[in-house]
Amino acid sequence: MRIFDPHIHMTSRTTDDYEAMYAAGVRAVVEPAFWLGQPRTSPSSFYDYFDSLLGWEPFRAAQYGIAHHCTIALNPKEANDPRCTPVLDQLPRYLMKDNVVAVGEIGYDSMTPAEDAALSAQLQMAADAELPALVHTPHRDKLAGLHRTIDVVRESALPLDRVLLDHLNETTVKDAKEAGCWLGFSVYPDTKMDEDRMVAILKEYGAEKVLVNSAADWGRSDPLKTRKVGDAMLAAGFTDDEVDQVLWRNPVAFYGLSGRLDLDVADTDATHEGNSILRGGE
Amino acid sequence: MTSTPGIATLRAGLESALDEGARSWLDQALSEAAAPQGEAAQGALPVWELRFAQAGRRCGTRHADDARLLLLHAARADAAALTRLYEQGTAAERRAVLHALAHLVPGPEAVGLVQDALRTNDTSLVAAAVGPYGAEHLDAHDWRHAVLKCLFTGVSVDAVAALADRARGDAELARMLGDYARERTAAGRPVPGDLHRVLTLTQCATEPPADTEPAGTASAGPASAEVPAGTVPAQDPAEPASAAASPQEN
Repeated sequence: MRIFDPHIHMTSRTTDDYEAMYAAGVRAVVEPAFWLGQPRTSPSSFYDYFDSLLGWEPFRAAQYGIAHHCTIALNPKEANDPRCTPVLDQLPRYLMKDNVVAVGEIGYDSMTPAEDAALSAQLQMAADAELPALVHTPHRDKLAGLHRTIDVVRESALPLDRVLLDHLNETTVKDAKEAGCWLGFSVYPDTKMDEDRMVAILKEYGAEKVLVNSAADWGRSDPLKTRKVGDAMLAAGFTDDEVDQVLWRNPVAFYGLSGRLDLDVADTDATHEGNSILRGGE
Repeated sequence: MTSTPGIATLRAGLESALDEGARSWLDQALSEAAAPQGEAAQGALPVWELRFAQAGRRCGTRHADDARLLLLHAARADAAALTRLYEQGTAAERRAVLHALAHLVPGPEAVGLVQDALRTNDTSLVAAAVGPYGAEHLDAHDWRHAVLKCLFTGVSVDAVAALADRARGDAELARMLGDYARERTAAGRPVPGDLHRVLTLTQCATEPPADTEPAGTASAGPASAEVPAGTVPAQDPAEPASAAASPQEN
């Protein structure tokens, strides 16, 4: 089973997780820029974080045979802090980078005017940079937040079919699907979705444009939830091909809209001008 | 400083390796980089800097370093521009800047970038940092630590430019290598094969030291006088490749 986790915060995870993920079949991840638990108070700490997503984290992932890409954005929660909003001015420079495959996570947290402004501005940046967007749906007041999100996307320069709406569940999947968006589901130990509910949604709505992620981060979460969904799908009678569609081909297709997805981790940076930099002194 | 014919050879080699689409993208990007700058809209990046960022996806990861080096050369990027691009760069862009230093910066003013790269644990940056520019401008202390860092992180010392010249007769480097070998052996861990290779180089017949030793550093006698043969454990022939997670130096 080959697995692409389209939303996981590896910065918060250990190398044991990378090992276990590889053993479970994970060969590619996308790490969206998001909140770090501790609020940031200056743009510079965002830039160091973005640089880490474009430097150290892909290097770490490659050690374990996993291709790492990222999405870059000012997240909605911190978009409410005026000390952080200057980050928006620097985003176009980051959105040009090779490893950036979408703008994200953007969307709503508390649905404030500041979040409205940041969401609209970043949807425009996605259109300008020819990138798709990963749009998080809020944890509180979710259905109203979904409708408002879809309305804002409709008014933007970014087509709905270049948007992945994430953290969907039983109450939001239908409207998101009818809007023509890509459908993201985060499977968590306690909150969000679980494996069996995910299987039920796949039975009802089909596998088209559906992406499943662990959204694993610094909270209680499980980086192997993608594999567990694959196993639950097989147990429920889905075919290997359907599992592959959800866990590999759909995320490849969505992030492939960027034109920047490079899944050839084995070849990455192995040599330069004949100088082997393989590890271990080979 | 590497001469321009090296760049011409690099360009010819790269163009023959690229497909037609990538080749024409590169030609266009190099023309933009070579054009007089200053016409960029207010607040916008110069076009060639956008091309520098895009080079990986346009030319392929395998050719990105060379493409970026050619762009930096065509734009005649000076130390200030290279420093900015490095500071704002992804790991791949930083690596390209490090490779470009020997071609574009005649003096030591960019050595801070090399020192920055040597503080990372990203082996691709460490390997690029010990190229010709680092070989020319790192002082003896920093250079020895760079060699040791290669051994620590598993970067092949093939990446270390001018290794034989700088290691020759370096008793202090020999001492550091010997101590490291003993530390590995005490821990029951294999000694990297490269360590013996560098140690042998330190023991080669000395020439008058061209190296600039900082004042007060013990100057080199024959390194073998400091590390008698037999004090360094033999290489374990079954040394594992330790492909994963080798850079554990925090």
